[in-house]
Amino acid sequence: MPFTAEHDALRETIRDFVSKELRPHAEEWEAAEYFPDSVFRRMGELGFLGLRYPEKYGGQGGDYFSAMVLAEEMARAGSGGVGMAVSVQSEMATPPILKWGTETQKQKYLVPAIKGEKIAALGITEPDAGSDVANIRTRAERVDGHWRISGSKLYITNGVRCDFILLVCRTGKQEDGAHGITLFLVDKDLPGFNVSRKLKKVGMFSSDTAELSFDGVEVADEAVLGEVGQGFYNLMWELQGERMIGSAGAIAGAEVAFEETLKWCKEREAFGRPIGRFQVNKHKLVDLYTEITVAKNFVYSVAEKWNREEYPVTEISMAKLVVGRVTTQVADTCLQLYGGMGYMAETGISRYFRDSRLIRIGAGTDEVMKEIIAKTALGL
Amino acid sequence: MKVVVCVKQIPDPNTTGQLEPSTHFLKRDGVEAVMDPGDESGVEAGLQLVEKHGGDVTVVSMGPERGLDAVRKALAMGAGKGVLISDDALRGSDALTTAKVLAAAIKKDGFDLVITATESTDGYTGIVPQAIAELLDVPAVTFAKSVEYDGATLKVQRQTEAGYDVVEAQLPAVVSVTAGANEPRYPSLKGIMGAKSKPMDRLTAADLGIGDAGGATAGQTITAVEPAPERAAGEIVKDEGEAAKRIAEFLVEKKVI
Repeated sequence: MPFTAEHDALRETIRDFVSKELRPHAEEWEAAEYFPDSVFRRMGELGFLGLRYPEKYGGQGGDYFSAMVLAEEMARAGSGGVGMAVSVQSEMATPPILKWGTETQKQKYLVPAIKGEKIAALGITEPDAGSDVANIRTRAERVDGHWRISGSKLYITNGVRCDFILLVCRTGKQEDGAHGITLFLVDKDLPGFNVSRKLKKVGMFSSDTAELSFDGVEVADEAVLGEVGQGFYNLMWELQGERMIGSAGAIAGAEVAFEETLKWCKEREAFGRPIGRFQVNKHKLVDLYTEITVAKNFVYSVAEKWNREEYPVTEISMAKLVVGRVTTQVADTCLQLYGGMGYMAETGISRYFRDSRLIRIGAGTDEVMKEIIAKTALGL
Repeated sequence: MKVVVCVKQIPDPNTTGQLEPSTHFLKRDGVEAVMDPGDESGVEAGLQLVEKHGGDVTVVSMGPERGLDAVRKALAMGAGKGVLISDDALRGSDALTTAKVLAAAIKKDGFDLVITATESTDGYTGIVPQAIAELLDVPAVTFAKSVEYDGATLKVQRQTEAGYDVVEAQLPAVVSVTAGANEPRYPSLKGIMGAKSKPMDRLTAADLGIGDAGGATAGQTITAVEPAPERAAGEIVKDEGEAAKRIAEFLVEKKVI
């Protein structure tokens, strides 16, 4: 196992925090379709948003598996949107700042993000380009020594509440495809940066997902993250981290759903015995348990490579694909085992059923994962 | 200020406790163990005092090997040194023996203030703090809901049924804090990683000069164990115009009003 005694102690701390400070509010936050920003500040104060970041920037100096522990334990918050928002904050929008940011950018964005004082979002998808990232249309034009950004972004987690966004823009010609893309760090309070609407979703209710519009937003050269024209390639690196942490969180979510369902199957009686004792259900539970265990261990083995700073693109894609498959199977089977109660909005399992569906779409769809695997491993 | 906090690793209070049928001791094997939640408040109280007045916190624990986890957690929270007294000979110790062992370990390093919880969340005898104070020959101030020190005098708000008394004591002293006395901090990852390199003393009963200890010489024996009687059903008052009166009468009966 990649986890040490220190990781176990960290897990105990985070589990304690989640059960005391997040889980009790899950129903309220789901109903409100929002959770308070203070969650970020509190988690920043406790060091949870910078577990694997250098102490120099206010991080805790841990390894990648400390971030995995956080992703896994957030699955116990009872509301998928909270864990997702936190993952965007510390494992999606900010790692590129640590990797390519200037010292000024790190001080301006990374340090307050680790403290939970600035909330981060990541803007990739657009109304006309999702999986086809190389075809994005949000443009950053060179005007009078500045960059002027125009366009829109869709399905942006933390989009309503964010203080800044890591924005993927086209700086070259449309026909340049992947070669003409640049990453920008854009403050939310700049003129022309607007939240067009907060979006309604199938699940992840507590997370604010937004459509954002950029109407001639002016930024200086200091807003460019990494090199001009390198954005697509840097983004591909970012997406590996996103898929990695997403897979870890999703399989942990499946495990939590399974644990609860198993308990239910031991308690709930029908026809004179606990429903888990019927062979048909017993075997279903065994299948889920087996699939979860296998997928989780594959995720760990890939994460060990990521932790060693290797770049296992094929395996990360496979991990996300398999986790998505197992998640769907777990969500559907568990809901079925709960029967009528599982279909009720107030039960945790129905929320899990809705929340968990996202793993097969977010950070690259199942289909995109298959394209990557075909290309990188099969020469197709 | 040299503060010593006593901590104990106990079976997770969120699980249902089981007794070993032959010994009537609490079953500890195969049960998830955690630092007694009451002790977290003790550690927090100690840390707050040294943060304000300088000095350091030492945590002392007696128990099996895995008690180390509780000591480590306290170190991760910010304590400076750990002491674990672990010895097969101490298995089955009663409260008095426990107090003797802890007092001897506390004496060994010296102290200004000893902090404990009011009682453990597994054994619940609630007499160890006072016994430690007696053995150390210092005052015991129990049930503290707040502990303040002005550089000369310890000022404690002592929880009572109706409110609290203000009790003052000179150091050295023993104070037992209530579980709600403060909001124990979560250990940070930095703290967890730093705990590994903090000094940790491992002692046996013999190291403390305690020869006759453990279940065989305990001053108490458990002769029988019975489940607590089930609570009688409450009375449901149906409001037919007289409910308020009936509830008031009930409260008078119970001497609540």
